[in-house]
Amino acid sequence: MTQKNRLQGGLIDRSRSYTFRFDGKTMTGHAGDTLASALLANGVRLMGRSFKYHRPRGPLTAGSEEPNAIVELREGARQEPNTRATTAELFDGLVARSQNRWPSLAFDALSVNDRLSSFFAAGFYYKTFMWPAAFWEKLYEPMIRRAAGLGSLSLQDDPDSYDKGFLHCDLLITGAGPAGLAAALTAGEAGLRVILADEDYVMGGRLNAETFSLGDMAGHDWAAQTVARLRSLPNVRVMPRTTVLGAFDHGIYGAVERVADHLAVPEAGKPRQILWRIYTKRSLLTAGALERPIAFENNDRPGIMLASALRAYANRWAATPAQRVAIFTNNDDGHRTAADLHAKGVKVAAVIDTRPGQPVSTDYEVLQGEIIDTAGRLGLTRITVRLAKGGTREIECGALGVSGGWNPNVSLTCHQRGRPVWEEGIAAFVPGGTLPDGMTVAGAAQGLFSTHAALTSGAEAAAQIATDLGHAATKPDLPQAEDAPVQITPFWHVTDAKRAWVDQQNDVTAKDVKLAHQENFVSVEHLKRYTTLGMATDQGKTSNMAGLAIMAEIAGKTIPEVGTTMFRPPYTPTAMGVLAGRSRGTDFRPVRKTPSHTWAEEQGAVFVEVGNWLRAQWFPRKGETTWRESVDREVLQTRKSVGICDVTTLGKIDVQGTDAAAFLNRIYCNGFAKLAVGRTRYGLMLREDGIAMDDGTAARLAEDHFVVTTTTANAVSVYRHMEFVRQCLFPDMDVQLISTTEAWAQFSVAGPNARKLLQKVVDPEFDLSNEGFPFMACGEITICGGLRARLFRISFSGELAYEIAVPTRYGDALIRRLMREGQEFDVVAYGTEALGVMRIEKGHAAGNELNGTTTALNLGMGRMVSQAKDSIGAVLSRREGLNEPVALKLVGFKPVDPTHKVPAGSHLMTKGAPVDAAHDQGYVTSACYSPNLGHHIAIGYLKSGDQRLGEIVRLVSPLTGFDHDVEVVSAHFVDPEGERLRA
Amino acid sequence: MHDLIALTPLGARDPRRDHHLGHSLIEVTDVALASVAARLGREADAAALVATVTGAEAPAPARATASAFWMGPDQWMVEAPFATHEDLARQITAQANGAASVTEQTDAWCRFDLKGDRLADIFERLCNADLRRFTGGKAVRTAIEHLGCFLICRSPTHVSVIGPRSSAGSLHHALLTAMKSAL
Amino acid sequence: MIINHPLLGPRDAAEFVYKGDAALIHRPDGMAPDALEKFIDYGYLRDNPAGEHRELWFHEQGDRSWLVVTRNTLTHEITSVELARDVARREGRSK
Repeated sequence: MTQKNRLQGGLIDRSRSYTFRFDGKTMTGHAGDTLASALLANGVRLMGRSFKYHRPRGPLTAGSEEPNAIVELREGARQEPNTRATTAELFDGLVARSQNRWPSLAFDALSVNDRLSSFFAAGFYYKTFMWPAAFWEKLYEPMIRRAAGLGSLSLQDDPDSYDKGFLHCDLLITGAGPAGLAAALTAGEAGLRVILADEDYVMGGRLNAETFSLGDMAGHDWAAQTVARLRSLPNVRVMPRTTVLGAFDHGIYGAVERVADHLAVPEAGKPRQILWRIYTKRSLLTAGALERPIAFENNDRPGIMLASALRAYANRWAATPAQRVAIFTNNDDGHRTAADLHAKGVKVAAVIDTRPGQPVSTDYEVLQGEIIDTAGRLGLTRITVRLAKGGTREIECGALGVSGGWNPNVSLTCHQRGRPVWEEGIAAFVPGGTLPDGMTVAGAAQGLFSTHAALTSGAEAAAQIATDLGHAATKPDLPQAEDAPVQITPFWHVTDAKRAWVDQQNDVTAKDVKLAHQENFVSVEHLKRYTTLGMATDQGKTSNMAGLAIMAEIAGKTIPEVGTTMFRPPYTPTAMGVLAGRSRGTDFRPVRKTPSHTWAEEQGAVFVEVGNWLRAQWFPRKGETTWRESVDREVLQTRKSVGICDVTTLGKIDVQGTDAAAFLNRIYCNGFAKLAVGRTRYGLMLREDGIAMDDGTAARLAEDHFVVTTTTANAVSVYRHMEFVRQCLFPDMDVQLISTTEAWAQFSVAGPNARKLLQKVVDPEFDLSNEGFPFMACGEITICGGLRARLFRISFSGELAYEIAVPTRYGDALIRRLMREGQEFDVVAYGTEALGVMRIEKGHAAGNELNGTTTALNLGMGRMVSQAKDSIGAVLSRREGLNEPVALKLVGFKPVDPTHKVPAGSHLMTKGAPVDAAHDQGYVTSACYSPNLGHHIAIGYLKSGDQRLGEIVRLVSPLTGFDHDVEVVSAHFVDPEGERLRA
Repeated sequence: MHDLIALTPLGARDPRRDHHLGHSLIEVTDVALASVAARLGREADAAALVATVTGAEAPAPARATASAFWMGPDQWMVEAPFATHEDLARQITAQANGAASVTEQTDAWCRFDLKGDRLADIFERLCNADLRRFTGGKAVRTAIEHLGCFLICRSPTHVSVIGPRSSAGSLHHALLTAMKSAL
Repeated sequence: MIINHPLLGPRDAAEFVYKGDAALIHRPDGMAPDALEKFIDYGYLRDNPAGEHRELWFHEQGDRSWLVVTRNTLTHEITSVELARDVARREGRSK
């Protein structure tokens, strides 16, 4: 196919030709083209099918506000649906497909919907697919989705990467048209740190699409020269291909930079897009204005577009949808399009102006009238004009430029709930209400439509901002530019039309707006939801205004009385990938590795995620075919001889100061003031509402020095809580806190041979005998000939056990040494599963029991809550509601039939009583197979459980159908007297 | 002398070194760390202790000296060569005279030093610190890929990232990825 | 949002963890005879103003200071930021 509609001139690079494919057809375009401009140059007007009626559509615009020319780009895993052909930068080898059509764009079977359109009016879905309810999920929704889908997903992983980043500036300027460029120049030369962002790949905004001169230069040359000047300033960051998506609190903006969307494949290691969080002192919105269409009968045929778009295609991209065009306008700007196209050698068949006294031309005919119909199945061939002087006229043309006036692009001014205000002089909304912190608006975005006004308002706004920020600013030499006043008589739609499209993306007609009003959807927000006007990828950038103007007309109100819908971020559609950034797959969040990780990997350990930690879950040995075999072996061998477990993940907090003991007395519900130096104590922390928060131990290393441990999961929140108590509640206690969790590698050495094993590594001057280092002792020691270490005689497993800590860098060496020295005892490494089994066998509470609903009383530790001191949570733990006689108590359970499991999460019911929530007796929190007892065991909470030992209760899980009897027993299944751990 | 072999935070015998387009990313393991927090009412004495130990005035908020950086109100981290100061916390405690709570922090952290001319381009992909405005002696704590890290600006072409040791692998991966992405 | 830390200057609110009403500083005396009543007020009865609100924020990814931030809940305007420890002392939490 040849570029039959390629014109002379333009800002494309004809020396570089690109081959691309659209719906399987190969064509050529040039560097600088968008997909839409290249298609138009190749004579393609039809680029998509509409959402609901599958009507043939071509581009309405030449920018990101495009509702119609929505295509799928690229192939394979990089296939991307719903991209706008009007902004997609052409590259060599680009492959694009039209969407929402079958079997082909020219013949779409579902265009039958268009014939049935009387059934599909606004609210059709709400009214039709209501009943029966079951049909919605199974039949209606899949059917509607297939019929009304936009693009399709590749269903493959995105092979590209995306970055996130952070930028700082004094002034963010959004939009690099004449106002933005003048502002950037002013602020940049004043020494401000400036970021100039524009969504386009060529900066200059409308200057690139117009033929005006600025001083003695073409507008686009001035833009290019100014951008070059800005790039030379070290304090200015020029960011093309960057869309500012949203204005957030306190001067924070979000923006997406499309680093590699214009390349077939991003460079190795480079992202495709970057999501920037921009911290600003001030911002200047110079986002220009968007032209709006007029609604009339069949105004959606391919070839009908905004007049400014027709002009932009001709001037910037040297492309036209047809060689014979017409213009329909209610303002003077429409005539500019006619003049520009005429100058490019395109035949202007007529300009139809709705106003009396319209400008005249010697180059083409100007008619006063309204377009009442159009023809052309897959593209415009003819328009019918109702002349003001009477009668109608048919005009042959392949394209029609429509100009209904311009809307300042106020989107970002609304992101902090600013509400635009109506300005009669330009018949449009301008920024109003509360703008985002620090935002100023200039140029067309403010409603100043001439190039002169854009330049001066941009420069003046920037100079004021520079002054505000303490910089001396001089206004730059700005070139002379056109300063035409706005001449417009509002005209929104041609009356009596049957199907005059207001929102082309959502197939909403002027009649649908009327229907909504008739059915009492009179609020503009209701109108939007009922008709879907202004939804989907374009968010009504070209359609909202006409929709609410028609609404106002029907309701007999003024436009400002009707008001606007709220604009929200993001300004344009944003890929999920860039919101995710690098946080995908295994990089979703950081991993924490224990000091023994490398060693455990060598042993073939199976790892489990515990928060961000990777912990060894069990250590399979050759011949073991199930995890249970490994875990049973680890448990039995630990209880028989000695086992080692990495417990580094438990939180460790260093508590120092002369008031350290007094502070812990506040933090823990039990007493710590009298704990002797060299001793450790179990402590239970309550929340202020009396619920158990966390438990652990506190070891007193010196009079003014404790080491507190927390559970792995709560290490962060407990530290935060302790800082709250220290800084906010008791600011004059002499106590200092710091986390040392990662500083020390800590291993549990448990089992009857634990002491013998440790004696082989602990330096001989330290007495480990039961008398010299009894249960709950702690101390600073040295090992292996002088390495500083800490030793705690504490036991989670219930065995004779120690926890030994060394500086983390030596953790790997220590576990290797312990395993080597332990060979004579058949030492075993055990993972978190065996740890869990042993603590359930001992009835020790863990996260399942400290689950945010349970109290010290529930845990069987009610008496630990000291009455003799004021500690966090003590008072509210004494509330009546938490101390009912039938309170839940932690007890053990064993199955009556020893072959049965005792699944955690199951609920307990009294024998013979109904199985329902009203008769619930409690629930099982933790369960396991006990290799020591040879059957499953569990612990859990049972109402008055401590008084029901020996009772047979029903354990049910209605979800899984489990229903068996269990016996209530003590939670201490193994060594209930605690003789082993004191041995 | 004990015979246990130390591993680096990345789990090797020797520190990791990476280079990319004139920039280096070096794992630093030969520095001992100890936190020094003033006891109540002894704030001036604690600052003086830091000054004595480091030979420079105790750094102000968000500042660092050659061998100390500010961590929080009346709290500093002191740095010293590991070979001679493995026992840094005890050495400082011995001089503290009860003015400060000193805690060994050497192995709580991993440290990666980035050197090169375009460090700001790298760090703007990692964290919200405004590195382009950093001069030597700046020290901030912020999040890099969810990890709380200190950024110590030794000079505009030399920044130390001190992050949680257990996540050294994730932090190194993030830093190296950002280098390759940004440069 | 940006929180203007009294020691560190403007910091992104993402570095902070929110707790709630700064009235939590005024923890009652747990040994007082009417402690239970007082703690029920303290724990459960809080104002939820549409407008200016004094709140506790923790600089978790920073210097680990608790701050008292005065923030308008309607506009997010922050009018004052202080170290909670200073506020606590001023408001009588010293021993």
